[in-house]
Amino acid sequence: MSLGPSQVREIAHLARLTIDGNDIPAYAENLSRILDFVDQLGSAATEGTAPLAHPLEMPQRLRADAVDEEDQRELFQSIAPATQDGLYLVPKVIE
Amino acid sequence: MNWEAVIGLEVHIQLATKTKIFSGAATAYGAAPNTQACAIDLGMPGVLPVLNEQAVRMAVKLGLALGATIAPRSVFARKNYFYPDLPKGYQISQYELPVVADGELTIELDADVSKRIGIIRAHLEEDAGKSLHEGFEQVTAIDLNRAGTPLIEVVSAPDMRSAKEAVAYMKKLHSLVRYLEISDGNMQEGSFRCDANISVRPLGEQRLGTRTEVKNVNSFRFVERAINYEIQRQIELLEDGGKVVQETRLFDTSRNETRPMRTKEEANDYRYFPDPDLLPLEIEPALIEEVRKTLPELPDAKRERFMRDYGLDAYDSTVLTASRALADYFEAVAAQCADAKLAGNWVMGELAGALNKAGLDITETPVSSEMLGVLLQRIKDNTLSGKIAKEVFEAMWNGEGGADAVIERRGLKQLTDRSALEAIIEEVIAANPNQTQQYRAGKEKLLGFFVGQVMKATKGQANPQLVNELLQEKLGG
Amino acid sequence: MHKKTIAQLVAGLRSGEFTSIELTRACLERIRRLDSKLNAFITVSEEQALAAAQAADSARAVGQGGALTGIPIAHKDIFCTRGVKTTCGSRMLDNFIAPYDAHVVERLKAAGAVMVGKTNMDEFAMGSSNETSFFGPVRNPWVDTAVPGGSSGGSAAAVAARLVPAATGTDTGGSIRQPAALCGISGLKPTYGRVSRYGMIAFASSLDQGGPMARTVEDLAWLIEAMAGFDPRDSTCVERPVPRYAAGIDAPLTGLTIGLPKEYFGEGLSPAVGDLIQAAIDVLHRLGAQIKEISLPNSRLAVPVYYVIAPAEASSNLSRYDGARYGYRCSQPRDLEDMYERTRSEGFGAEVKRRIMVGTYVLSAGYYDAYYLKAQQVRRMIRDDFIRAFEEVDVIMGPTAPTAAFDLGEKTSDPVQMYLSDIYTIAVNLAGLPALSIPTGFAAGRPVGLQLIGNFFAEERLLNVGHRYQQETDWHARIPPGYE
Repeated sequence: MSLGPSQVREIAHLARLTIDGNDIPAYAENLSRILDFVDQLGSAATEGTAPLAHPLEMPQRLRADAVDEEDQRELFQSIAPATQDGLYLVPKVIE
Repeated sequence: MNWEAVIGLEVHIQLATKTKIFSGAATAYGAAPNTQACAIDLGMPGVLPVLNEQAVRMAVKLGLALGATIAPRSVFARKNYFYPDLPKGYQISQYELPVVADGELTIELDADVSKRIGIIRAHLEEDAGKSLHEGFEQVTAIDLNRAGTPLIEVVSAPDMRSAKEAVAYMKKLHSLVRYLEISDGNMQEGSFRCDANISVRPLGEQRLGTRTEVKNVNSFRFVERAINYEIQRQIELLEDGGKVVQETRLFDTSRNETRPMRTKEEANDYRYFPDPDLLPLEIEPALIEEVRKTLPELPDAKRERFMRDYGLDAYDSTVLTASRALADYFEAVAAQCADAKLAGNWVMGELAGALNKAGLDITETPVSSEMLGVLLQRIKDNTLSGKIAKEVFEAMWNGEGGADAVIERRGLKQLTDRSALEAIIEEVIAANPNQTQQYRAGKEKLLGFFVGQVMKATKGQANPQLVNELLQEKLGG
Repeated sequence: MHKKTIAQLVAGLRSGEFTSIELTRACLERIRRLDSKLNAFITVSEEQALAAAQAADSARAVGQGGALTGIPIAHKDIFCTRGVKTTCGSRMLDNFIAPYDAHVVERLKAAGAVMVGKTNMDEFAMGSSNETSFFGPVRNPWVDTAVPGGSSGGSAAAVAARLVPAATGTDTGGSIRQPAALCGISGLKPTYGRVSRYGMIAFASSLDQGGPMARTVEDLAWLIEAMAGFDPRDSTCVERPVPRYAAGIDAPLTGLTIGLPKEYFGEGLSPAVGDLIQAAIDVLHRLGAQIKEISLPNSRLAVPVYYVIAPAEASSNLSRYDGARYGYRCSQPRDLEDMYERTRSEGFGAEVKRRIMVGTYVLSAGYYDAYYLKAQQVRRMIRDDFIRAFEEVDVIMGPTAPTAAFDLGEKTSDPVQMYLSDIYTIAVNLAGLPALSIPTGFAAGRPVGLQLIGNFFAEERLLNVGHRYQQETDWHARIPPGYE
């Protein structure tokens, strides 16, 4: 699987990354090499094998519906880049 | 050409749990910004989701009420996209294996016309936070209190054919979740939100037309308007030789029209995959049975019972079972006064009118079911006439106490003493010799005049039946 | 003092030979003097360490405290520590002071351990050489031109250089075992679910597991006993009693069957490493163990499976670093998209970006089935290979890494070559099994590690075998020149 520059840009955008134009060829080459490498999987005979999403094949444990978190807004927002009146601020969302 | 609309609804319902779906933070509405957003809701590094048992039980409850299949195993997946009200950069939702599938909901259209609407699936997911755009320059402010609030998304089949049906479906679902006490259904606060998928096709055509999705129509009125607008828009477009574009549209409530969302329309690639922090949700038959035992009588069953046991007609039964609180109220009144028809008339008449005028919900009524029941008892035992009862009701509504106290204080007790009434009647006859003469000469419709005079003399408190009887006796003589 | 193991230090503290303050000061002094060469620490928390040591001494004086009261340790900088910077080796979190402690940190604190600092690591644990750290590479104490391995390279180097008696690590594809091997120390990757992941910054959630790194297996037993345990905040953490690991380590090895997967001794294994592993097997055979050749037929697919699943999970796990609520935010963003893209491009290093992009790609529409789903199917086949093998043998054994430590810069230009240095460790994470790496000699002056893989929750057995081996050998007691 070989990726071209436009695919690299597309994937980067999906992941909200910008790759500098000069670095695109190197990324394209490395990503292609990685994908070529994982393409070995294609040779595995997996018919009839159920996917394994998790090494622990056990059910989800549930939590009782009881409040056990207290307000720590001040602590949490002490490490925030920008806040005002208890709200997180980000650059304007254009809709 | 005749056109047919095809409508499917996706309704997002906030579940009335105490805590978030994956964290122990409170879900109360209206708290100061970000005071109910814990490290998990904020997507801090290293923290992990743990599923709320109550949310699962509520999903099961809804599934049972919809006659649906409860999946013995369902899977939480991540839906990946970037938005500032989505702190982790993904929403935990259910994708391939939802907790509830294959149900149905019956809606009543006219007095005796009902229709079954298929439910494709219902799945658990977390709500996002809120982005505030107004009142800020160059920035958007984020409140994550709502982030992680449990939602169940109910996806209907495209079984509805008009805005009216869609509204009936939405109302029925709304009533159901409140019956089940799994959501407060508060539409202003966003507890019950609807997206509508709408397409049109020539009548008789089997294939579906291209659909649009109208987002976030959050009142019954807007759903109706938005759907009607959208149907009309699509028909006009097609009749003019145009094509419907598959897109997401927003309903502009001030202009009563839908318009395409202006968000940069990039191909959404959500990259769903099973959330590795959450193992599959397994629901044992024992849990299903346990939840089944907590199911209340559902609206349809209640409606049937009201028709059967109280002898009410379909329409009245539908109205009285619209909410569990209203039905409970009605049943309490009916039991107290031992007259279901009378109780039904008063609940749907005086009470509903007063509530409507005051903008109150049945749960906020100042006249309790017991108070109304006593009032109706006083009609039944002839203490009050229907007319005076309305005056007593108004007094009770205004906080003057129970029926008996109002009757006593205002001296409204109906006059049923035969000899006292006879004396009054004799006075009335004596005071109106001309009319007496005419009546006796055969002009019998003057009886009404005499009744009126007696009522006037007794300030309306005379028992009308007795007055009639005595008048006829005296005038006849 | 720095040459003592935890077992010896506990005895010393107990007898009053020295105090925790003295011990902690000695550690801090060695870090100050020696770490400029190694770069094993990102943060040294001297003030908190001395306060904790003081508290430990007071507790001991009145007969209180846990098993590790007063013992200095370091935490890999992937574990959140309340009030102390937690960077995960990234510029993205260079300013991040966690508002909470990881469960592992809490538990070690409760056992009385004294945290002296946070160790260097590959950025977000993505690397096998510690060269992807924003805070610069760590050097191998044995050979200063060599890498210490990764991603827990700082922890491995710090323990090997005797800066601290023990440190925590995390292992997603070998990140405890491979650096332990390359630095000549012991490291345990527990069964998935044995140790809570709460507060451990996620790389690949279905593979990540925290564990201890120390000089001896006996010390690992002490540490894992403190670290393991049920945590309701991690729903993948198993509710299961924690054995008294140290109690069983002396058991004899008679009756033990060791499986040698033929796939772990083939092409790609350096002959020098192969010889040392064979010598270790001979030692265990002498101790009474039966040796049996086995096959793990799908082993060759473990690395490709891993490089689909781990990046896929990581691409999603790392989406939260968006500059909105904590961590790095680019300066003067023009708009929201600009903030996202510049924050993430400037905040993440090249390897992290590469893996995010691989993960994004394999999950995207049209590729999911061919990559992600296929990888999950092969993951089951790999796990089933182990399950079958454990029907015949008690422990599986082989090299931890195909070679001894390589040189700094040797593999940075070719990601796939770098990935292959985890060829023997990765399958264990895919299956969720416990595994141990212990020192087993030197190849050209560079340490080599022996890997022991156990059945699910069979940590006791691994520690037992590893301890018995260390009773017979002294590789674990060797000190790098210059750090005596």
